[in-house]
Amino acid sequence: MPILSPLGNLFGRSPIGPIQEHMAMVNRAAQLVPDLLRASAADDWEAAAELHQRIADAEAEADAQKRSVRRHLPNRLFLPVPRSDLLTLVGVQDHIANTAKDIAGLIIGRKIRFPASLQDAAIKLAEASAATSHHALKAIQELDELLEVGFSGTEEILRVEAMLKTVDELEGSSDDIAVDLRSSLFAVEKDLPPIDVMFLYQIITLLGTVADDAEKVGDRLQILMAK
Amino acid sequence: MEIIAQYGSIFLVMACVFGFFMAWGIGANDVANAMGTSVGSKALTLKQAILIAMIFEFLGAYFAGGEVTSTIRKGIIDAEVMNDHPELMIYGMLSSLLAAGTWLLIASMRGWPVSTTHSIVGAIVGFAAVGISVDAIHWSNVGSIAASWLVSPILAGALSYGLFMSVKIFILDTSDPFHHAKRNIPIYMWMVGFMISMVTLLKGLSHVGLNLDLGLGSKFADASLLSALIGLGVAGLGTLMLRNIRDIPDEQHRFRSVEQVFGVLMVFTACSMAFAHGSNDVANAVGPLAAIVSTVQSGGEIAATAAVPWWILLVGGAGIVLGLVTYGWRVILTVGSKITELTPSRAFAATLGASTTVVIASGTGLPISTTHTLVGAVLGVGFARGIGALNLGVIGSIFMSWLITLPAGAGLAIVFFFIFRAIFGS
Repeated sequence: MPILSPLGNLFGRSPIGPIQEHMAMVNRAAQLVPDLLRASAADDWEAAAELHQRIADAEAEADAQKRSVRRHLPNRLFLPVPRSDLLTLVGVQDHIANTAKDIAGLIIGRKIRFPASLQDAAIKLAEASAATSHHALKAIQELDELLEVGFSGTEEILRVEAMLKTVDELEGSSDDIAVDLRSSLFAVEKDLPPIDVMFLYQIITLLGTVADDAEKVGDRLQILMAK
Repeated sequence: MEIIAQYGSIFLVMACVFGFFMAWGIGANDVANAMGTSVGSKALTLKQAILIAMIFEFLGAYFAGGEVTSTIRKGIIDAEVMNDHPELMIYGMLSSLLAAGTWLLIASMRGWPVSTTHSIVGAIVGFAAVGISVDAIHWSNVGSIAASWLVSPILAGALSYGLFMSVKIFILDTSDPFHHAKRNIPIYMWMVGFMISMVTLLKGLSHVGLNLDLGLGSKFADASLLSALIGLGVAGLGTLMLRNIRDIPDEQHRFRSVEQVFGVLMVFTACSMAFAHGSNDVANAVGPLAAIVSTVQSGGEIAATAAVPWWILLVGGAGIVLGLVTYGWRVILTVGSKITELTPSRAFAATLGASTTVVIASGTGLPISTTHTLVGAVLGVGFARGIGALNLGVIGSIFMSWLITLPAGAGLAIVFFFIFRAIFGS
């Protein structure tokens, strides 16, 4: 006998868990970028190709998760926070993986290597971006606790805001590293092939974008709590 | 009169069989909705839920089911109209039981959400309006019953909203939720004990022939004092049960220990839900049965005063228990598996809001739908931003079930009524 209880049908799939899983997948892509830069610095293109593949896989998986979250958020669902805010959050999260994939694609496609004198700073920038993403994930992992307190608990909100402050600080430090790296590159650019230099600048910009996107995830989370 | 003298024992047997069938249906379907929240929130195992349902459904029916039983028995139809033809009352109540039972069976085989209360009220109104006369119905009572169907989910929603907000403020949003949970949850346990005792003392005991007088001046004052004391006893028991729960730090799920404390509270609110359900829904089966039995036993006089014989409640209780163990446990599992998003802190607020509403309705003699009340209560918690995702389409399906169940119950009852009249004569 089929059982159709109005009580059973009352509960929709909560988007919170899937959004957290999506962020975890996105972060997995971001965490591989420093390794990729290390591989290119070591001229190990076999390892780099494998890392590129793993980043692309994580990005594809995150895309599938993003679509699934959207599919399971029909208009008729009643949610504790505005539906549009959740959809925007997933979109912003997804940007991190997209940017990571763009970086990987450029590095592999053009066999991009930073000049030896800049390699450490470039890896440091990638690590700072990855750390920003990691801390954004930690804040997103508080979403279920936020739901537990009904998105309005002062204690829990203070806790998440402290985490978001860390995200902001990390993003700021990645900005500083990027500024230094650009001026170091500027100092040596005349000795390098011009087209390579163009793409080195682009990689620096994209590495900064990863951190920017991670910070935006934090901003969206703050908007969720503010309402 | 001759008809009753001639077929009296046949009527009694039929009434018991149909009443048992109806009670089975309630046990198989309705109880599951009442207990599904407890199993779904993992506060109770299936076995515990069935045990609690068996005991507290029965207690609720026995101690607080009297008012609704008498509404079903004589609040909807004017028995005076049938004084010359008491057999019509018997035909009508038999066909109502059979109609509601049949409709529930069809609907659950098809997977339609239906309410036993709406089926039986539709059936009684149907047979009386068509088979006897439109004037035989106390339309004002029917009006208040219909209004209560609208009011009960809203009231339950408001109560559970308030309960969940209090949980948010006094427990979850504090620097040490676990500590506050352990300290404040016995207060909610006290509320459960107080609420159930209050309705039992004020509205229940007189139906089973007990009277209480502490000499405080009024029945209300007596009952309040005694209920407050019983509530303290319940809270004390709860505190003992909470004693062994420790706060185990878990960075990933910081509220896990807090939810465990709510899990203990859930045991109490599950009892109150089963009690509330028993006090209201058992009457759907027992009310018509009681009407038939008292008419047959008084030899044709439609007695308006006789107390409900104890064995009638036993038929109702036994039917419900049988429905639970043969089929209802599967429905509990299905409903429970669909509401895993409901954690004990939410489930408690919804269940207590719903059971309080149902018990108040039982005390007032209003037959309402426990399931719909519970849906209202869950929505209340949702409005307090406590639940990940709720499907508002369900509200539409509830309105649909009203629109379909009332005419279906009425139509079937009318058909059965004329069949019985043709078989036994008038």
